[in-house]
Amino acid sequence: MSNLAVLPIIIPLISAVILIFFNQKVKVSRALSKLFSLISLGTSSYITWYVFTNGTIILETGDWLAPYGIILVMDGLAAILVLTTNIIAVACAFYAPNAGLEKRETFYFYPFFFFLITGVSGAFITGDLFNLFVFFEVLLMASYGLIVLGGGKVQLRESLKYLLINLFSSMLFVTAVAFLYAVVGTVNMAQIAQRVQEVEQQGILTTIGILLFFVFATKAALFPLYYWLPKSYIVPNPVISALFGALLTKVGIYSILRVFTLIFVHKTDMTHEMFIWIAGLSMIFGVIGALSTSNIKLIIAYNIIPAIGFIILGIGLLNQDGISGSIYYLINDMIIKSVLFLLVGVIAYVAGTSDLRKMGGLIHYYPFLGWLLFVSALVLAGLPPFSGFIGKLLLLKGAFEQGEIAIVIIGLITSLLILYSVVKIFINGFWGDKETMAELPKKSTKGLLAPVVGLLALSVILGVGAEFFYPHIESIATYLLDPEIYIDSVLKE
Amino acid sequence: MYKPNDLILRTTSSLIAFILLGFAVYLLLAGHNSPGGGFVGGLMTSGAILLMNMSYGADVVKKVLPIDFTKLIPIGLAIAVGTGVGSFLFKAPFLSQTYDYYTFPIFGKIELATAMIFDIGVYLTVVGVMMTIILTIANDQD
Repeated sequence: MSNLAVLPIIIPLISAVILIFFNQKVKVSRALSKLFSLISLGTSSYITWYVFTNGTIILETGDWLAPYGIILVMDGLAAILVLTTNIIAVACAFYAPNAGLEKRETFYFYPFFFFLITGVSGAFITGDLFNLFVFFEVLLMASYGLIVLGGGKVQLRESLKYLLINLFSSMLFVTAVAFLYAVVGTVNMAQIAQRVQEVEQQGILTTIGILLFFVFATKAALFPLYYWLPKSYIVPNPVISALFGALLTKVGIYSILRVFTLIFVHKTDMTHEMFIWIAGLSMIFGVIGALSTSNIKLIIAYNIIPAIGFIILGIGLLNQDGISGSIYYLINDMIIKSVLFLLVGVIAYVAGTSDLRKMGGLIHYYPFLGWLLFVSALVLAGLPPFSGFIGKLLLLKGAFEQGEIAIVIIGLITSLLILYSVVKIFINGFWGDKETMAELPKKSTKGLLAPVVGLLALSVILGVGAEFFYPHIESIATYLLDPEIYIDSVLKE
Repeated sequence: MYKPNDLILRTTSSLIAFILLGFAVYLLLAGHNSPGGGFVGGLMTSGAILLMNMSYGADVVKKVLPIDFTKLIPIGLAIAVGTGVGSFLFKAPFLSQTYDYYTFPIFGKIELATAMIFDIGVYLTVVGVMMTIILTIANDQD
């Protein structure tokens, strides 16, 4: 049944609409949003299973045939990313009632939350470049609504910055799509790929590709374009930061992965060679940012950038190990970033500050929280046997095969520094005198840690059970490296 | 108390608002086959309501149209999504549409399409969004 492909978009959309009616009733909203997120997770798990047993689901909406109508393509990559998105959504839906949102929940928090999921899932599933723009707008609109929740001078300033940079890149996006349409005469991704292939990506097409890369790189926060990200991601509530950090930048990097494995793959010496350089620079500058600050939220926000660097490295390499590594690392990073943002939110809540210099000795009061942070630091840095390790191993192996020794060294040093930047929170915040935080009232972390533990357990399973997961990831990588399969499945003639 | 002389404004705006509303309905109904549609119909309707707001004041309009415009947004969205999901019942792809001809006593033979219902959803959403935005900004003084 091809209608399966649209369910991950519709279920959150209907949930959001229903939740608008219950906006003033906080308790009903909380219960309903937990229920809806679980339904959505159940559906997407079934879809993922279906896709891996029966192959890609193509939905021609409104019964308009392939190159003319809007096509939804639920392939392996889209399916696992939608599944991961829904897992994070469930964790956030269970975390949100205890996150200290207070009155903000009645300002349409839950509807915006589900609109965001709608946009993210839609962006993963769509097979149409203009439709990708539309879903970007859906998720951005929801994120504008979420980032301003709460008010305050700093938050307003950062929201404005966030809004302007995203408006600018959206305009550029639609312009780039218009350019591409002018050259190839279609916005269906499979048909674009086919036509670009026919002319071997000559002349202006590479320029348009770079323009699209620029747009996605702004959204994904890659090297020269990350300046807007760290400060604007730390101002909202931790649960909103977690959603943003885990999902929004990843949609950008997913778009790069899709477009530069499907469409612009014929001038790799120009585009993909550049990606490797950008990957290295993103790693270096991101980790320097993370080391430069003692604000725990900012440390985590800066750590998004090197992670994106690792993912783009695999896309730049464009070989089996590189792409598998990218996908593995992408999934791992979505989960671990939401874990870290949620954890840091708890730490800032119990310590009453997010400044590392004013903390110390928390382990005496919150031992479980401390060890959770320690384990997630190991996952983030990519120590075996956790899932970050598998992704990084594949990426570095891919880089070795291509003879990119410099990037391997940069990657290894960056990993070490990432570990240091997060363990710094553990050392300064949790070790030390019992007295530093003695006069602080002991706060309950009830309900806050359960979603985090769930996500962290999943990330450990992803690492330990790599034997089970890796063949699936590898099959997706093989599929992505041969654009013909995607083109044929959409434009079946 | 200061009282503006707005006789001309009131007389003309009630006429113009009437024409605007009529044209909005025409655009909404024509939408799925010819130029028009729920979006532009909704804009035109909110233009008419806004005009009445300006000439007669918000209190009078609230009495004439006792509608909570924010509620129109989810209702419209629900209708629009509902038409898309409705195609599931007929085992057709999402958003599929169909139409047929019916004969009515006075109007004669008329084409009715399911796209029409989708357009009504869009119409309600647009009216809701536009009026919420404008009224929020207009009531901002206090």
